[in-house]
Amino acid sequence: MTTFTMARATLLKDLRLEWRSKDAINSMLFFALLVVVVFSFAFNPTAEESRHIAGGLVWVALLFAAIFALNQTWARELRNQVLDAYRVSPAPPNALFLAKAIGNFLFVVVLEVMMTPLFVVFYSLRSVGPVWQLIVVALLGTWALVVNGTFFAALSIRTRSREIMLPLILFPISIPALLAMVDATTSILTGDASPDFWIKMLAVYDVVFTAVCLLLFETVLNAE
Amino acid sequence: MKNIFIAFVVLTIALLAYSTYQGLFVAPTEQTMGEVQRIFYYHVPSAWTAGVCFFVNFLASLVYPWKRNPASDALAVASAEVGVAFCTIVLITGPIWARPVWGIWWTWDARLTTTLVLWLIYVSYLVLRRFAAGGQTQVLAAALAIFGFVDVPIVYMTIRWFRTQHPAPVMGGGENSGLDPAMLHAFFWNLLAFTCVGIVLMVLRYRLQTLEEKVEATHAAAALQGGNR
Repeated sequence: MTTFTMARATLLKDLRLEWRSKDAINSMLFFALLVVVVFSFAFNPTAEESRHIAGGLVWVALLFAAIFALNQTWARELRNQVLDAYRVSPAPPNALFLAKAIGNFLFVVVLEVMMTPLFVVFYSLRSVGPVWQLIVVALLGTWALVVNGTFFAALSIRTRSREIMLPLILFPISIPALLAMVDATTSILTGDASPDFWIKMLAVYDVVFTAVCLLLFETVLNAE
Repeated sequence: MKNIFIAFVVLTIALLAYSTYQGLFVAPTEQTMGEVQRIFYYHVPSAWTAGVCFFVNFLASLVYPWKRNPASDALAVASAEVGVAFCTIVLITGPIWARPVWGIWWTWDARLTTTLVLWLIYVSYLVLRRFAAGGQTQVLAAALAIFGFVDVPIVYMTIRWFRTQHPAPVMGGGENSGLDPAMLHAFFWNLLAFTCVGIVLMVLRYRLQTLEEKVEATHAAAALQGGNR
């Protein structure tokens, strides 16, 4: 089986599972909604203030929400020893990793699409800078979160108290990506500065960590 | 081998005594900062030693997934723990110095933030080691260590861009900081002494780790034999 067909099969299986159960998307959506409401009460910002804090708020909410999808990525495969079956099969491990990462990416993008109107309404947001740049930042940033998150979820699935372990190891490593996302979003929303550096930074981060993940995934999958 | 190590420990203690004397009594008092500047002789060498430890950890973590030898894993644990200890010293001595000199305990400057993130990453590494189950710990930890080490330059670049308005650290340390020769003398002795302390601690921790593994293996073997009886 080639990497491509293998990845496609796994991805379609995950999408079908999610479509039927909607476990990840429902919990992520509700959690992100709660964060938005709670932050809104906690800060009670005016339209001008919210433009300055929205970048941080959006990404923190999405980062926390994404943990739900990431945690269940591999937990699903533990039932009936599916993961062990993967390991003994001749299928390339990176196909599995890519399928899982792309699956999580799609889940989080759907979440972002659904959350955007809510953010706009609750925080009366209006971007000063060009909106298409926000889309670029969102796509690059989501991949940055999801590629490392999928990898570390595979890592933390082997530990005790795995649900806690994932954020513990994911957040420190993601600090540069988070900083780049937040600053790019804020500078687009306020129109104060050019987000170019941050977008490049995110692209570099994505390339570097996608490479590291692909290099190390086989080792982690077969860790014994 | 053991004799050489004992000789090295004695040498380290002597070095530390000498460098402490140099740092606290011989080196001249800084004009504007006063006595508090002397923390520099502990702060910078600690940072350097932590850096050495984390680099050793990175190398050991690169080797382990390949060779699967317990020695490189034991070295990785030892260096990570000693590195975190020295990094903690850096993070404590820094604010003690910054408070009287900068007037603030902490600023989100590139170096400070990078050090903090470095500390966070290696603490998460130690947490992972504690929580990982059985035989998988070593490989998982090695993977995380490689991620951590790749992350550090990116963190530094990001924060540098993020906080350009902050004052450059008052002392760069090393060649271009324009230190008085007497200060430089004390500084280099301390650098040497701290590096030696770091090496001694790493060797001790490495031995402890290999001993622990031996004890565990013996217990496991004994349990297996008991089960047969």
